[in-house]
Amino acid sequence: MRNTVANRQVICDVLMETARQDPDLVVLCSDSRGSASLSKFADTYPRQFVEVGIAEQDLVSISAGLASCGKRAFAASPACFLSTRSMEQARVDVAYSNTNVKLIGISGGISYGALGLTHHSAQDIAVMGSIPNLRVYLPSDRFQTRLLMEQLVRDDAPAYLRVGRNPVEDVYEEGRVPFEMDRATTVCEGEDLTLIACGEMVRVALDAAALLREKQIFCRVLDMYCIKPLDKEAVLRAARETRAIVTLEEHSIIGGLGSLVCQVVAEENRCPVHCMALPDSAPVAGKSQEVFAYYGLEPNHVASVCADLLNR
Amino acid sequence: MENLQAKAYSLRRDILDMIYRAKTGHIGGDFSVCEILTVLYWRHMNVSPQTMDDPDRDRFVMSKGHSVEALYSVLASRGFFPKEDLLTFSQFKTKYIGHPNNKVNGIEMNSGSLGHGLPVGVGMALAAKMDGRSYRTYVVMGDGELAEGSVWEAFMSAGHYKLDNLIAMIDRNRLQISGSTEVVMHHENLEQRVRAFDWNVIQAEGNSIEALDRALCQAKAFRGAPTCIIANTTKGCGVSFMENQAGWHHRVPTEAEYRAAVRELAEKEAEASA
Repeated sequence: MRNTVANRQVICDVLMETARQDPDLVVLCSDSRGSASLSKFADTYPRQFVEVGIAEQDLVSISAGLASCGKRAFAASPACFLSTRSMEQARVDVAYSNTNVKLIGISGGISYGALGLTHHSAQDIAVMGSIPNLRVYLPSDRFQTRLLMEQLVRDDAPAYLRVGRNPVEDVYEEGRVPFEMDRATTVCEGEDLTLIACGEMVRVALDAAALLREKQIFCRVLDMYCIKPLDKEAVLRAARETRAIVTLEEHSIIGGLGSLVCQVVAEENRCPVHCMALPDSAPVAGKSQEVFAYYGLEPNHVASVCADLLNR
Repeated sequence: MENLQAKAYSLRRDILDMIYRAKTGHIGGDFSVCEILTVLYWRHMNVSPQTMDDPDRDRFVMSKGHSVEALYSVLASRGFFPKEDLLTFSQFKTKYIGHPNNKVNGIEMNSGSLGHGLPVGVGMALAAKMDGRSYRTYVVMGDGELAEGSVWEAFMSAGHYKLDNLIAMIDRNRLQISGSTEVVMHHENLEQRVRAFDWNVIQAEGNSIEALDRALCQAKAFRGAPTCIIANTTKGCGVSFMENQAGWHHRVPTEAEYRAAVRELAEKEAEASA
């Protein structure tokens, strides 16, 4: 692992840079400032930081109240609690009331691998994605996280953003990060098959594509960081221009990126889709990489699934 | 000064008409909260149709959102929108739906799901403190609503941050949809409970304009902690056969009941005006 900067750290950096110029930017935590890498923010901008204690419902509603009075509220809490315990508050006080709240889900997916299902957020895409007027983003690496955050600190609409706990291998090169808001990034081109991934799985997709290239199989890799609004055009282009689609995500097999892609592809019924994700059960314990490997969410297995799909 | 006790009866008449016409609504809680809303909108809150975007306006959240008919009647009467708009209440494609939503002039936040108003109010009050603004935030809750855990998270954080610019009013009518609040989930020692969260607590007769006025004056003068006014009200207040009857939580009057209610409210309004 070359990169040592976690995406959550980048989020703090952008919030600190913005807070310096914008006194209306406020950050809220639910005893989560350490996990969210926001202790520095709390220490530097105490007047723009609100601690609510271990009370995620309060966290989100208070954020909405602040936002309704002109604040840009960023509520950071472990994705597992933020997406399910306070789903009601996200649905009503943030999305329905249309308040400028950004919900930052940290330590997402199975980042807390050995802590059990209570601490996993493998349902957040399904949950948050079904709320009207709530955008959902899962950025892949630190560079994309920065560009996305730079947009989110400026806009006025509700959003949910999920990042993992640990540093992840870079997908992009510093200074050369193609990024268009709400458009999937084509990480590499190919015409045999398309891998559509989000979050930490984009790097896995990229590595699988490299393995397949050695076998003269050329994969397109789409970084679908924008789960909602999903870049449907990119999905349909992939369905038209490549022979199969494989989706890859750190989320339950039910209701995540794979489900959303299938829904789009089914409109034209042009190409087979294979979904790779976490199972509909409590995941086994272990470090992220161990758990990913167990469920086949690693480059070698992904590459073999892709190759088999093309040989069918 | 306008006779606000009479005004509260006239608002009840508007509410009754709205519910009878639409054949839907929560009349019992509407009637218990009438004096609370009247005293807030006519005597205490700095809000008006001309200052809806003024950053210094007072903020109001109707946490017991099912009493929206009472809120609509008040807002129409205060000129936030034409009274005729309420002819569309609960009709196809109306914005005047059965719970508050902020597409309607004068409504800050959407509600309906209980237990949201107080924590949202905490955020509003915190924003005022951060910005050094002097506006106050008022939240009206029901007593059945107090079983929601999120309410107590907010009591806790408001006490912690000593939000003396936040005033919570509990419409303590002692009834909820299934019956007595004390049977469903009791709050007999409510005052002590709220005090334990570092709030200033005032008990008041909740269907008396003058009693509520006094309580609000005390609340506004209090420094160093948020204030909760426990407004002891009567559910269905104003129409004798509806009073203290859980069945009138959301029953729609028959024609005979409607006529009897109109008559009684007119008498009480006249009595209050005399």
